[in-house]
Amino acid sequence: MLIGLLNIDWGVITIMLPLAGGIACVLWPAMSKPAGLISVTGVVLAIAGLGWRIMENGTYRHAVGGWGAPLGIDLFADGLSLVMLIMTALVGLGISFYAKRFFSPCDAVRFWPIWLLLLAALNALFLSADIFNLYVALEMTGLAAVALTALTGRIDALGGAMRYLLATLLGSLAYLLGVVLLYHDAGSVDIATLAQRIEPNAAVWTALGLMSAGLALKTALFPLSFWLPPAHASAPAPVSALLSALVIKASFYILLRLWLELFGAFAEGVSMLLGLLGAAAILWGSLQALRQTRIKLLVAYSTVAQIGYLFLIYPLALVSNGMAASMAAYLAFSHALAKSAMFLAAGNLMQFGGHDRIADLDRAVQRLPLTVAAFALAGVSIMGLPPSSGFVGKWLLLDAAMSQGRWDLAVVMIIGGLLAAGYIFKVLGYAFTQAEVPHDARAVPAEMEWAALLLAIGAILLGFMAPQIFALIHPDLAVNASEAGTVWTA
Amino acid sequence: MTNAFLYAFAGIGLFVLGLHALVVHAHVLRKILAVNVMGSGVFLVLVALARRSGEATSDPVPHAMVITGIVVAVSATALALALMLKLAGKSGEAVLPGKHND
Repeated sequence: MLIGLLNIDWGVITIMLPLAGGIACVLWPAMSKPAGLISVTGVVLAIAGLGWRIMENGTYRHAVGGWGAPLGIDLFADGLSLVMLIMTALVGLGISFYAKRFFSPCDAVRFWPIWLLLLAALNALFLSADIFNLYVALEMTGLAAVALTALTGRIDALGGAMRYLLATLLGSLAYLLGVVLLYHDAGSVDIATLAQRIEPNAAVWTALGLMSAGLALKTALFPLSFWLPPAHASAPAPVSALLSALVIKASFYILLRLWLELFGAFAEGVSMLLGLLGAAAILWGSLQALRQTRIKLLVAYSTVAQIGYLFLIYPLALVSNGMAASMAAYLAFSHALAKSAMFLAAGNLMQFGGHDRIADLDRAVQRLPLTVAAFALAGVSIMGLPPSSGFVGKWLLLDAAMSQGRWDLAVVMIIGGLLAAGYIFKVLGYAFTQAEVPHDARAVPAEMEWAALLLAIGAILLGFMAPQIFALIHPDLAVNASEAGTVWTA
Repeated sequence: MTNAFLYAFAGIGLFVLGLHALVVHAHVLRKILAVNVMGSGVFLVLVALARRSGEATSDPVPHAMVITGIVVAVSATALALALMLKLAGKSGEAVLPGKHND
């Protein structure tokens, strides 16, 4: 019987279940909350099953409908995909339990179907084996994300969503043109086949440029990050958390995949450029975050800065020594947990005080201790203090920079950490002080406080899980991570 | 210089033209149309390059991709238009807010 369970195509379930759940939400709006929670929980279980199968049998490949590549669509999962799927499922579960209490019945009817569609799209994206299927999943992700951004229908949300939609469409069209050129050059869209056939020539270089630019726009890499703060700050808190934690990781994952399998071998110059933009993103995003007077914009600019760290992986030649996939997945996972906790905590503070002005937090620490604790713990990870996952990820990155003599990048990372401490303590400082004008406060449901806190605790605990995560992706390199994990105790 | 390449370059031309319009025009409807022109450019490149030099029949896979692409483009356009109408209804004009409120 156990063997039967092992052979179930868990990957298909992770896509079909939320899709079916989303349709059920549209058909029976009254059922949308339970249908949504059941689907998300089911996805968590299916991904556990998929993980078990990958542990037992190695990489997962499934030809949908019995049609294999090159004609049909293959689903594919290795350690990297699995970590991204686990990230999506766990963060999605936390946010779902938050959203259960956050939305009014009227908004919930609109939130659940779109969120389930987004979940299906993200799972499909992380399971895609070909670059065209990645495009379709990327568009689905983008459209669902835009619709969620506009959920409240307020004018700033509509403006933010519109700007986001145009940016995301431009990004995916550039990516699609790259797909066309690669297909023309190599006669396949399957990543594994492409990897064997690809040779640097004019068409491949053009494709590389278009795809990198398009995906950088969708990941909001500085200076293409103009659309992110208005969209992420104007959306409702659970949506901001989904956008910052998961949606930008989707396009980042595609770029990483392309680099690992196709472009990494010959595009060193572009790697350097991506790294420089990443460094610029860290400095610019952190400085902007420091300037903000509203929590949600502060957290959104912090995302711009943290995306920069992800792009430092490219110039550090980690792609060539096999560390890139593990490092990127770990940093992305760490950021997803911490940033979702921060946005949910910001949502609690907003619900509590009716505003998100940092200067008027008015002793939130006494009145919402769990929420402020969640913000602080997530902040520990964003700043990169031990023993959090942010520390382990950034320490490994710093270690790689210094061992390669890239002092410039090392200095940027350290300055970025200090600036992050600046903007996080700015919020925490006001949480301890009394505002000049007292404000009316509304109660925040305990579940919403706990959802934020549990995600933040997850960001810390992930710091202890580094060897396991690294072993999942690249068994040979797990030693490095366990060294990093023990450094702070020494 | 075959016919196929002529079409492909026309497609790239449409893409660039659309990109230009997307950047310079303020009205959201013009931006949405610009994105559609860019999409048509990509599809034209896709169809044009389907026939490889020296082969009598063209490759069906890019055609299937264009169909998928058109479906995606239609849904994206529908969402964009709906958002534009909402935005115009709330703010009285269909332009993007210049600077978000800091």
